[in-house]
Amino acid sequence: MLELFTELTGDALLGMIINSLIPLVFVIPLALFFVWLERKVSAHMQDRLGPMITGSHGWLQTFADVLKLLQKEDIIPADADRKLFTIAPILVFAGSYAAFAAIPFSSAYIGSEIDMGIFYVVAVSGLVVAGILMAGWSSNNKYSLLGAMRSVAQIISYEIPTVLVILSIVVLAGTLNLLKISEMQTAYFWNWFIFGGPEPGLIKFLLIPFMFAGFLILYISSLAEVNRTPFDIPEAESELVAGYHTEYSGMKFAMFFLSEYANMFVVSAIVSAVFFGGYQSPFGYLGNSLGISWLVPIEQFFWFTAKGIFFVFVQMWLRWTLPRLRVDQLMAVCWKYLIPYSFVNLIIIAFLELYR
Amino acid sequence: MSSYFKNTWEGLYTVFVGMKITWKHLFTPSVTIQYPNVKVPLPERVRNRLYVNMDDCIGCDQCARACPVSCIEIETVKSLPTENLGTTSNGKKKALWVTKFDIDIAKCCYCQLCVFPCPTECIYMTDVYEFSEFRRSDLVYKFATLTEAEAEEKKLNFENLQKEKELQKAAQAAAQNNAQQPN
Amino acid sequence: MSIKTEHMVLNMGPQHPSTHGVLRLELELNGELIVNVKPHIGYLHRCFEKHAEAMTYPQIIPYTDRIDYLASIYNNFGYAVTVEKLMGIQVPERVEYIRVIFGELQRIASHLVAIGTYGLDIGAFTPFLYCFRDREKILSLFEMTCGARLLYNYIWVGGLSHDIHPEFVRLTREFLNYFRPQVEELNQLLSYNKIFIERTANIGILPAETAINFGMTGPNLRGSGVKFDLRRNDPYSIYDRFDFDIPVGDGRMGTVGDCWDRYFVRVLEIEQSIRIIEQALDQIPEGDVSSAIPKRIKPPVGSVYGRVENPRGELGYFLISDGGLNPFRLKVRGPSFVSLSVMGELCKGHLIADVIAILGSIDIVLGEVDR
Repeated sequence: MLELFTELTGDALLGMIINSLIPLVFVIPLALFFVWLERKVSAHMQDRLGPMITGSHGWLQTFADVLKLLQKEDIIPADADRKLFTIAPILVFAGSYAAFAAIPFSSAYIGSEIDMGIFYVVAVSGLVVAGILMAGWSSNNKYSLLGAMRSVAQIISYEIPTVLVILSIVVLAGTLNLLKISEMQTAYFWNWFIFGGPEPGLIKFLLIPFMFAGFLILYISSLAEVNRTPFDIPEAESELVAGYHTEYSGMKFAMFFLSEYANMFVVSAIVSAVFFGGYQSPFGYLGNSLGISWLVPIEQFFWFTAKGIFFVFVQMWLRWTLPRLRVDQLMAVCWKYLIPYSFVNLIIIAFLELYR
Repeated sequence: MSSYFKNTWEGLYTVFVGMKITWKHLFTPSVTIQYPNVKVPLPERVRNRLYVNMDDCIGCDQCARACPVSCIEIETVKSLPTENLGTTSNGKKKALWVTKFDIDIAKCCYCQLCVFPCPTECIYMTDVYEFSEFRRSDLVYKFATLTEAEAEEKKLNFENLQKEKELQKAAQAAAQNNAQQPN
Repeated sequence: MSIKTEHMVLNMGPQHPSTHGVLRLELELNGELIVNVKPHIGYLHRCFEKHAEAMTYPQIIPYTDRIDYLASIYNNFGYAVTVEKLMGIQVPERVEYIRVIFGELQRIASHLVAIGTYGLDIGAFTPFLYCFRDREKILSLFEMTCGARLLYNYIWVGGLSHDIHPEFVRLTREFLNYFRPQVEELNQLLSYNKIFIERTANIGILPAETAINFGMTGPNLRGSGVKFDLRRNDPYSIYDRFDFDIPVGDGRMGTVGDCWDRYFVRVLEIEQSIRIIEQALDQIPEGDVSSAIPKRIKPPVGSVYGRVENPRGELGYFLISDGGLNPFRLKVRGPSFVSLSVMGELCKGHLIADVIAILGSIDIVLGEVDR
């Protein structure tokens, strides 16, 4: 679609700018939608109703909250490092947003087709780490700093199982390009990597349990990457040590929260692209059977969004079911359980692929 | 080594059990109501704001004495023998003018101890629970039905009666003295 | 070469989402490990015992409600039992049964709060709301009978303030039938959850000897394996007529006397309370609930100590009467006050995040600690 924009505007630079702003138009309403969804899902799971008054069933509640946050006084602590304090939320949001460049929204639109798509996504998520450290340090609050350091330790430890599981998919797919990985899993949901991959044969069936294990490991690590329960020590309200965003108020605080939901969507999109076929429909395309070829990318976009929202919903579901892990237990789960399992998983999948 | 695998299995299994419960609850109807549009019907014995029916009050002061936080203040004035204050709904004849009956509802602890001793059941707890005010002084409920002027009048009447009685007694005593002293 | 270090003092101030009231905990830390915990109390002191010397015996009952505001029936019950002991009043059978039923319903409500808020401290938001939903049903049963949801002024010296509503027995049975499977669901959601067990097992281990030395009673003592319950060992009212077990902690998820044991003893006690209520509902006799209430409560000169089994332990009232209308001295032995004193012992060597887990498992109510 980059060519489409370049044609429309007649200028390559302008075309590129529009191309890069399209995910923003998608992400911001989506983040607002997720805030509403979280409140409704948590309410119904707890036998109550959630927001009902602002708009029918409360769908305008998030807008009301954003308006309120815009009007709040922007408090910066006296001894805080002003430049870092202001840059930190922007960096966190930029880190989450930059990952959208390599995620295929449909076969017609991908922000930028990079040959090392997955590698780029994992690397750029590290910007979030830098943002969090900046937030904790510049708040001039020793508890915020402790909370930020814990959060950073958590995020970088859990990147290891993430990368190991993604490596196992890369071994099967043979490419790092997310668009090609999504294209591989065509035609039918049986071709998705969670069910062994598009190449038929005995190996496909042998791969299925390891694929499921890999999916579980990836999903758990992605929960830890976005600081969701049971790994939400940095955000916990009832723990003693405050989190890294304690000193933030108003729009900067809103920025942290929006970037958290954007990040949740990014990791859900990665999980669905890698294991569940990305934008591919499980049954085939209405556009194909009806003969309308321009309907197909729209359908793919719909399936992509649906899968992403479903995995975000599961993340919310887990948040309202499980208690929280203590910090040392959180690190133990990563280093003592997830990493050995993902190593073994990788080795077995590599052997099976070699054998094929 | 086996405890390692047991831990992993238990961790995953209990998480799924918990998830199943919350999934089920996602579809149960909610137990909350949309107050203030919908209000819960309260049972008949509920203890909320106090109310005094002054027609039945005989000014016996039992409720003020029973109150543990001293939130009821009552002042009464004896009526003249010629005045008829009427009877209460259960047949008692009233003999006292109640000039002041203040309940400081902010102090009230809603214990219901004032309701039981009342001989005419004129003080009771209603089911009103939304009675917030902007000023604390608005929370002192004045139940007495006599106006200031009337209250003053009753007091004056009573004092006059007392004075008359004193004069009468003094006159009688003087008359007796005179009678006793033989001339 | 050694570096000079000193312990850091951290203040978990009076306002904190997890301290169950206004409690100040002074933590002395060596890095992340706790060296000592000093609770500072008195933020909720309301001079109950001094007030009691200025009021008549019936007027004290609303004040007793507010000592342990989550289990108010037992405060009234303990006071009534004490004064009746001094005056030698024998209450009618019906009154005894109704007192037991309300007491056990109150025990279930109080334990639901303890369990729900404990889950909330550990991070599980949902069981809190399920517990409160069930507690609402119990509170509406109370409201139907005496008019109040939390501070009842229901159990008077010599009887009760109201007789039970005609629909009460049927509605209570309905509630018990609805509630029994909810306890099972709560167990599956919270008690047997691996993450919850990781957070609470082997934390805050209280050996039986230490518990007895500190004077602990109630579920905290029973969680350490000591089978002592005032309803069995020193029966008051008609508890000796009912058939129920005394659950004790057996260390099945960790060691005996850890936080999980204390928490699970409360869950098991809920089930036993359901048994007691069912037996009592079957056996209620007819009678007049206010026949034994004296016109003026004027106990003879003397002193007496009466105690009941609160959901938190042994609630005791020591009453010295000088023959007048007001007590000469009324002292309350609040179980949470004693339980809080063991915090320093339990927290040694644990991490900061465990302080909240331990405090939640002891289940204190600041109204009882400070009176």
